[in-house]
This record gives sequence, structure tokens and C-alpha cells, in this order.
Amino acid sequence: MMNRRDFCKKTMIVAGGLVIPLAALEVFNPKRLLAEKSGSDDKSNVRWVFLVDIHKCVGCGFCVKACKVENEVPYDANVTRTWVERYVVTKDGQTAIDSPRGAKDGFTTQKIDQGHLGDKEIDPASIAKAFFVPKLCNQCDNPACVQVCPVGATYQTGDGIVLVDRSWCIGCGYCVMGCPYGVRFFHPVYHVAEKCNFCYHRITKGMKPACVDACPFGARKIGNIRDPEDPVSRIITSEQVNVLKEEFGTKPQVFYLGLSREVK
Amino acid sequence: MKNHVWRPLLIVLVVVCGILMTRALVVPEDFGVYERGYMYGWHRKSNEAEWKAIRVKYKTARVCAGCHKDKHDELIKSVHAAISCENCHGPNYDHPEDPLGMNIDRSRKLCIRCHSYLPYKGTLRGGIPGIDPEKHYPSAECVLCHIPHNPKAMNQKREARS
Repeated sequence: MMNRRDFCKKTMIVAGGLVIPLAALEVFNPKRLLAEKSGSDDKSNVRWVFLVDIHKCVGCGFCVKACKVENEVPYDANVTRTWVERYVVTKDGQTAIDSPRGAKDGFTTQKIDQGHLGDKEIDPASIAKAFFVPKLCNQCDNPACVQVCPVGATYQTGDGIVLVDRSWCIGCGYCVMGCPYGVRFFHPVYHVAEKCNFCYHRITKGMKPACVDACPFGARKIGNIRDPEDPVSRIITSEQVNVLKEEFGTKPQVFYLGLSREVK
Repeated sequence: MKNHVWRPLLIVLVVVCGILMTRALVVPEDFGVYERGYMYGWHRKSNEAEWKAIRVKYKTARVCAGCHKDKHDELIKSVHAAISCENCHGPNYDHPEDPLGMNIDRSRKLCIRCHSYLPYKGTLRGGIPGIDPEKHYPSAECVLCHIPHNPKAMNQKREARS
């Protein structure tokens, strides 16, 4: 007959014995160690960031054209990895926003494209301010799109770029829904999730993204935030920059100079 | 073995083994957790290389200047200096080996990306010399009169002025 004291002792020994090998497996899981020791791998000295200067954008849309050609997104399909929005704020406090087909051919008319509601004329005398806002993937530090992917087809690389594995994506569209910035869409040819990746094939070769090279006004810049000498890092760390939808906690890494409160 | 405990247990074991075997066959070998950890790092490692292998189409103006130094030097003196060659001449691809590249866009549509006047004071766009595309020679191509590499008014093509 076992008494209470012995029962407790033996239970503790058995429970302890069960816990040790489990803990040992956890500690020596090399992938877990690699994941936790971010900073030990060779890529850790690069973290790509983007800087958009709203004062410099004229809405020519060369960035959108270059992006679509470079990344093989069909030119006439109404989807794009990057786009430019026009904001026209009138003196009565109203804001008109448009981006006709992502502004792939620029903004060539004063009329605001309101989709099925037709065009809206705005009297030039009533305009308080107007500006253009280029948009692209924010390569968030906490990417909501990655978190919701049920199959691990979208992920973040060590240098901060969120990529989509085209052969692994099942096309469920959770990421398209999950992105607070609406940068994701289905590729009309591959029928899988598609997004801006700062032209990963260019930046990893020492080039700049196609949109950066195409912009004649220097409104788009790319940099490495882990390099304190990088001119873009210097602007981000020393000047007044903003990000989009900071309240979502996604920690976006596309920074804007001259962002206005009307921008959504 | 023929009792009510072992038979269902055997079925469970077969199902579990089946699932594990399918998993081993379907999931790529390099699928795992990488730099960004459990929440953001699950992926097939070789996919990074697949993205890096995408063909570069726009080779930048520096590559153009390698052969077309005369055109490059002409352009950098003009007010259009900041515009990359490939914005109008089309992406390089592997020009001159690859005939896919270099389709020059001389269309009106290209010029009015910047030169359609928009009354946005205080922006760079408001300061660019602009026209109303519906009123300024609507049926003519801009390049009939204007020289894109040197677009100042006095450089308008002579035949157009006379």
C-alpha cells in the first residue's frame, strides 16, 4: 500500500522525468535557435527601407509603368504592385481622391476619376491644396499578411522583404484581405498572391528598384536602415517622417516626407 | 489482436502513418523556419533564390551611356536630364542582342504624363510647363515640333515654326 508521501514523491519524479527530455528537445532545436538568434546570420546588416518624398511627386506614373514591365504584371490589367494617388483638397474641406488604373499613364486631366460615378470636375480656384502620394508595399516589421497565411507561402526574408512563394501559394486570399494597405492582389497570369517586393531581384544585385530608377524627380528612394551612413537612413532618423496607418501596429518600413493628414 | 481495443488503434496508426508519409512527400526539404522566426519566417528557403533570378529589364541610364555617349551628353545638358533613357526608349532587356527591348514611345500620351497642365499650386507639377491636351494641337504628336532631348522652346524643329 502506497502512502500519500510516496505517491507525491513518485509523481514528482515521473513528471520531472517527462519534462526533461521535452525541454532538452526544445533547447537543441537548431531551427528555433537560428530563429531566436536573429543577428547571427550574414544578412542581418541589411534591412531595406523606402523613402517617399511627397513634395517631389508630380504624378507622371513612370514608376507604375516601370514596375509593371519589370515585374511582368500585365500592363492593361487593373492591378499593380505600386500606384500613385491624387489628393485634391478644396477650400470647403472636401477631399477628392483618385488613382485611375493605378496612374499607370499618369494624371493627364484635371477631372477626378470616381469610377462608376463618373468624372468629377473641380474648379481650380476652389483648390486649397493638391498632392500625389505614391504607394507600395510597406514591408512591415510585423507583416499581417504573413501572419494570416495558412500554408507558409508568404514570408519575410532576413533583410526585411516580404515575398510570396508562387509554387506554394494556394490562392486563399487571406493575405489580400489581411493587408491594411491593400497592396496585395491576385496575379492575372499566375493566379497567386502578388505584391511589391522592392524588386528583390534588383536590390540583391546592388541595383535600385525599377520605380526608383524611373522616377525623374527623386521622389522615391531606397536605403538600408541598418547602415547609419546610408543617406536614406540619415533622412529617416533625422527628419520628420511619417508612416501610413501607424495605429495598426504593423511597423511599416516605407517612410513619407510631407505626409498630409488627408492621406489614408 | 482481435479485440475491440487493438482494431481501432491499428486504424489510427495507419492513418497517422499515412499523414506523416504524405507530409514527407509533399513538403519540400528546405521548408522550415528561418530568420524571421516562427511567426513570420516559415518558408521554402530556395524560393528566395527564385525571386533573385527574375530577369532585370531596366538596366538604367548608366548602361545606355556606355555606348550612346553622344546622346547621353546631349541629354544631361537639357532640362530633361533627370528622365531615365528607358522611360521613353523602353526597357533595355539585353539590347542590342535582344530585339525585345528599345521600343521608343513617341506618343503624345507619354509627354502629357508631366506636361498636361494641372492647376496644383505649390507642387512641382504646377510648375512644369503644361498644356491642355484637348486644346494644344490635339491631333499632332508632340515630337513633330518639340525635341525631347533638348526641349526648350527655341529648339522647336525649324519646319514646324515656318
